[in-house]
Amino acid sequence: MANQLKCDLCSKPATVHLTQILDNKVHKVDLCEQCAQEKGVTDPSGFSLADLLLKASLNPDPVPGGIRCEQCGFSPAEFKKLGRFGCPACYDAFKGILDPMLDGMHKGTVHSGKVPRRALERKTLHDRLNKLEVDLSEAIKAERYEDAARCRDEINQVRQAVEQRPAR
Amino acid sequence: MTVASLIDTPSELTDSASSKSAVVLMTRIRLARNLSGQPFPGWAKPAQREKILELCRAAVTAAPAMKRGLAVTVGELGELEKRILVERHLISRELSGSKQGSGVVISRDQTISVMINEEDHLRIQLMRSGFQLKRAWAAIDDLDSALEETLDFAFSPSLGYLTACPTNLGTAMRASAMMHLPALVIANQMEKVVRAVNQLGMVVRGLFGEGSDASGSIFQISNQTTLGESEDEILKRLSGVLQSIVEHEMNARARLLEADSGKLFDKIGRAFGILQNGHVLSSNEAMNLLSLIRLGIDLGVFPDSKRSVTDRLFIEAQPGHLQHAQKGEFEPGQRDLLRAERLRSEFANFARPDFTLSANGNN
Repeated sequence: MANQLKCDLCSKPATVHLTQILDNKVHKVDLCEQCAQEKGVTDPSGFSLADLLLKASLNPDPVPGGIRCEQCGFSPAEFKKLGRFGCPACYDAFKGILDPMLDGMHKGTVHSGKVPRRALERKTLHDRLNKLEVDLSEAIKAERYEDAARCRDEINQVRQAVEQRPAR
Repeated sequence: MTVASLIDTPSELTDSASSKSAVVLMTRIRLARNLSGQPFPGWAKPAQREKILELCRAAVTAAPAMKRGLAVTVGELGELEKRILVERHLISRELSGSKQGSGVVISRDQTISVMINEEDHLRIQLMRSGFQLKRAWAAIDDLDSALEETLDFAFSPSLGYLTACPTNLGTAMRASAMMHLPALVIANQMEKVVRAVNQLGMVVRGLFGEGSDASGSIFQISNQTTLGESEDEILKRLSGVLQSIVEHEMNARARLLEADSGKLFDKIGRAFGILQNGHVLSSNEAMNLLSLIRLGIDLGVFPDSKRSVTDRLFIEAQPGHLQHAQKGEFEPGQRDLLRAERLRSEFANFARPDFTLSANGNN
């Protein structure tokens, strides 16, 4: 009894089988003739296996249920339809769907390369400022005036640092 | 700078050609960047898109590299202008068809274009003629750092730059080279090359990117993956692949000359004849004929001084450029007549082919 492979995109019987070996990792895609044609697999001028892998990995229904990105309201169903996320925070919200996909998509799963140093510095300063302001109001409420004075001094220092690098 | 003056100025690709760019016509790097805390363009509401456009446009036009450039919204561009910018690789087809709240900023020398609200908030692109991956990276890295002074980019320490599509995560960098590979096409070896390049994690596309055909034997080769390797590592790997493709092309040329130079010269000579005398030329046919002329220049059949004209014609034979030069709207059939007329006049005074030189002219 032959175990008939199904097309990763539409689940018709698959007749086109692609294998790509990247860094000793084997990636396989099985397609029916129609999908293979549509995706340009038979076109010698090239096609993107990454896109295929992405779509194929989406085909089995992603996590059911009503998860939505809190920031932008995006849902996994929309991701399946569009192949794109809604906002940067979606990467946190849909980590469970993303992680297995990343494995075959890239050379690695952890970033190595340029880091936006300025933006990160700014963010650190802003976060610090927010925390100090909360501390300050709590200290005042609790009448811990020494702590409050220390918070205020630190806030001034951080503000100076921020002003040296105007945020926008 | 206005769109009209930009269009009337030759671009990096269409000029400054030299024999150094014999096989690699052009190097291009693009970076995708997004603002933190803002929805990606495809999911943003119109008002949000407008706000993002404004923020990005202010930052980009203030960058030193973009001084006195062109900054327009897609809505401000006419159909023909969009088409010309696509043909010059300054905007993508996707941007040219996009709705409200998208735009582009193009540097004065047309080597840099920053698309706003395409698939990502920012698509920064830099072009250099010839094979110049390192220099292109240094320049685009500077511009990106300048933008970062005022824009907060969405970034995760583990996933890198966050992009609308997860295939671009990490460096969010796509580096590509536009290569002229006529001998590999004639020798029917392109399929093999494409397969080998794919296995190395690189992608081969036609002249105008995804889904376009490879008319004129021009291909774009770029990295497929962006996460897990640094920019330098990606560029080094790509550079190695490109160098080996150049070698294969040069070997294929040598083999064609050795095995059957008569057949190769026949192709070049016929191409010259059709360009001088043809009356109906589709853009596809024109590209293929020009490709043979370009190969002739590389082989020494035509003088090297004709290279820049030939490279310029690759772009000017495109429908948008042709329409602009002829000042009017034309049916495709009419365009083919006009294209042939244009090429006839260019080739009327072109150098005559000299097939005796080629034995030692193979560079």
